Amino acid sequence: MTMMLTRQRAKEIFDKVIKYSTAEETEAYITSTASALTRFANNTIHQNVAEEETALSVRAVVEHRTARASTNRLDEPSIRQTCEAALALARLQPPNPDLLPLPHPQTYGSVDRYYPETAELTPKARAETVLSVLQRAEKDQLTAAGVYSSGAVATALFNSRGLEAFHEETISEFSVTMLGPTSSGWAKQTSPFHLELNTAALAERAARKALEGGSPRDLPPDKYTVILEPSAVLDLLGFLFFDFGGLAVHEGRSCLTGRVDEKVFGDNIFVRDDVFHPLQSGPPFDGEGMPRRRVNLVEQGVVKNLVYARSTAKKMGKEPTGHGFPLPNEYGEAPLNIVMEGGRATLDDMIRSTPRGLLVTRFWYIREVDPYQKILTGMTRDGLFWIEEGKIQHGVKNLRFNQSVIEMLRQVEMMGPPQRTAGEESFEMVVPAMKVREFNFSSATKY
Amino acid sequence: MRRGRTEAAPQRARPSIQEMKDLAQRALETAVAQGASYADVRALRVRQRYLSTKNGEVAQVRESESFGLGVRVIAGGAWGFASTDRLTPEGLDAVAARAVEIAQASALAKKSDVQLAPEEKFVDEWEAPCQIDPFSVPVSRCLDLLLKVDAELRKVQGVTLAECQMDFRRQEQWFVSSLGSAIRQVKTQTGAGFVATSFAGNEIQRRSYPNSFGGQYQTKGYELVEELDLVGHAPQIAEEAVALHSAPQCPAGVRDIILGSSQVGLQIHESIGHPIELDRVLGTEANFAGMSFLTLDQLGSLKYASEIVSVVADATPSHGPGLGTFAYDDEGVPGQRTPIIQNGLFVGYLTSRETAAAIGKPRSNGAMRAEGWNRIPLIRMTNVSLEPGRGTLDALIADTDDAIYMETNRSWSIDDRRYNFQFGTEIGWEIKHGKKARMVKNPSYGGITTEFWNSCDAICGPEEWTLWGTPNCGKGQPMQTMGTGHGASPARFRRVKVGVAYGS
Repeated sequence: MTMMLTRQRAKEIFDKVIKYSTAEETEAYITSTASALTRFANNTIHQNVAEEETALSVRAVVEHRTARASTNRLDEPSIRQTCEAALALARLQPPNPDLLPLPHPQTYGSVDRYYPETAELTPKARAETVLSVLQRAEKDQLTAAGVYSSGAVATALFNSRGLEAFHEETISEFSVTMLGPTSSGWAKQTSPFHLELNTAALAERAARKALEGGSPRDLPPDKYTVILEPSAVLDLLGFLFFDFGGLAVHEGRSCLTGRVDEKVFGDNIFVRDDVFHPLQSGPPFDGEGMPRRRVNLVEQGVVKNLVYARSTAKKMGKEPTGHGFPLPNEYGEAPLNIVMEGGRATLDDMIRSTPRGLLVTRFWYIREVDPYQKILTGMTRDGLFWIEEGKIQHGVKNLRFNQSVIEMLRQVEMMGPPQRTAGEESFEMVVPAMKVREFNFSSATKY
Repeated sequence: MRRGRTEAAPQRARPSIQEMKDLAQRALETAVAQGASYADVRALRVRQRYLSTKNGEVAQVRESESFGLGVRVIAGGAWGFASTDRLTPEGLDAVAARAVEIAQASALAKKSDVQLAPEEKFVDEWEAPCQIDPFSVPVSRCLDLLLKVDAELRKVQGVTLAECQMDFRRQEQWFVSSLGSAIRQVKTQTGAGFVATSFAGNEIQRRSYPNSFGGQYQTKGYELVEELDLVGHAPQIAEEAVALHSAPQCPAGVRDIILGSSQVGLQIHESIGHPIELDRVLGTEANFAGMSFLTLDQLGSLKYASEIVSVVADATPSHGPGLGTFAYDDEGVPGQRTPIIQNGLFVGYLTSRETAAAIGKPRSNGAMRAEGWNRIPLIRMTNVSLEPGRGTLDALIADTDDAIYMETNRSWSIDDRRYNFQFGTEIGWEIKHGKKARMVKNPSYGGITTEFWNSCDAICGPEEWTLWGTPNCGKGQPMQTMGTGHGASPARFRRVKVGVAYGS
């Protein structure tokens, strides 16, 4: 498949938007996707899909009012009608005196995240990779399920004050679950470049977990020391970082309300947002076209900074950090390029130093129980192991936790090196594996 | 349309009904010519409008339109699917050829040829009843209503955040298949609701109406908004959000509970609706959504629930305007009413043509739906509903000596085979000697699916039964969000573990 939207093509679409828009100010957000996903289960490819779409979203600003209209029909009459719809919708609402004019042109740091080989990966090439993973499963009478996807996305943001932002990037993902008669294992990796996906190693890791976790034993729910693999860390932390939006704090819906500049986490917790980190992804601008800045969120456990969209920054007397969502929206902003500092411990180091504890491969169905204490609940999945005297002993039946993630980040004893991590409950981040004491499990399931 | 200050909804460029059908037909013929042994094509136009307010101001006004087409084929005995928004002759030919190329790649790893349960050919049209087209209601009138609700919420001291919303969606779809079917369906969906949040001390409390996570959703028009009486319910909901701060914590221990009907609806969704999806049972969702404890040997033998519990999966319009109501599913199979639990006994799964064939059923019960033109259909809940019992909620409370009544979901989590669950609700009240006594905050309960449903000893009657909509059910890779329906009345469950979320 080939990328459909170039900077030039986006500019042509925007020129038509400007031609037809009669709003005071106009912004156009143009996105293009061409992606494909090969899905396997029961040791066969059972679903195999592809999609392509280019969509235009127009935001009109008139008399302190704004609204958005979108279409994926890019002929001139459709563009014209979309411009008219955005303006008409804007006019049908009361004025908002706090609405800001559109931003002026900005300059952006460069990121290089587009790999033509990944954009053009064929269904045959994906099928051949999957076939080798299925063969690995069958070698040990395991059953494999998972996905191998690839594709490209392009995003262009233009406004009538001359702002121009364009970003293209490729995406690839490989995820595999290996199922044995009484156990399962899982591994997942994402990258802008599909050749960085070590599919054979991921399949091996999932297979080893399934084989070593067979005949899992019951374990009474209790507080245990846990070693969380990076995916388990990621999926918990995904529920925390939306609370670092300035507007969330301003409106009292963040767990950091009243806690900024305070020591909220342990001494060893350092977190920043950094779109330019080599293991990060995404465009170097936000939903209004403001450049994303590096922001230190947590230093030595102290909440140092929040992130601010333009309007939040004005409200709170801060500088915008380039983390706003496309307008109009209720949420404000969030840091979406999290990089957490880690340590030097390997998973083996963590296991060896643990007299009694659990190794957690991943969590599942995490939900927020309490928004201010930040208590989360969820289940372990696809590889929970009992550790005793510094060694993995056996698989354990899955457990439910109820744990404050704030408390958890005060109880981190060891960390591994941060790595690009993918899960199923959170956006991707660069996070380490962690050893955490007194992690609270509250009930067990039957497998 | 006219420029300027118009109240009318803008008319958009749109292909005609016949044009949509012709596009679908062309893609279908190309797919067959390219070597597909079976093909179906869905051409869709989806229009959405979302309006919201926050603390006295308009938060979002946006509208979108999406038009595209997806081609699903079996070629070489395996599945392929490709979709596009390039609706030119070249775009259609390319997407059909790509679907076949993808199927041939799938065939490299096939174990056996895909088999489908037989189905008939249908040429039909169906439009879901919609009394008031929500897109015809002036945006300014909708915003006025939301701002009125907002003002009522913020009149109550202690409310720190008032959020109100309306959400409209209309989907027009042509389905054509190589069986000769040609089916046009039009569905309009409306959602509305509000949330009052109160931050005080070191605690955030919320109350929502008529349900959390967007409110109530049904397959109908703006008449839903009028039925909900949002303004009338705002003061009480706001007062409850503030009062929760001074309420005692929900006690922990083993207690009898009564769940409000929307919470029963979500309990059905998570602990009955998902495990009966036959694709999960057969392992095809193992990497993401998970599997099911309802293995094939349980069908017809598992005592899922107590004898008073009967559950159906009903897509037929006679069930009501649920988010799972339709005339045909996205494989061209007619919507049906399927018994799931009969007097406590587990008797039915939700199927596709492929999974029905896999377990030897003569026909699919029609549960395949796709999020849009760029997704394949998957087995999705239709309206999975609990049959009503008898009596009012007041009568049930009067019949209860010592329990906790819990209302409106706040958190929900269940394991990947749908066995161990935990739910939290926004609010609760102790029931003492047949009366609603003091309010409690942060209620939660948990258990094991079959143990829980077997502890159900009372279900309220039709007068308390509501067909709830869950608009945000996620499944599949790439992920699809689907709306499902759940009819439920308040119900009582004996000896349940409560307070589990906060105990440590």
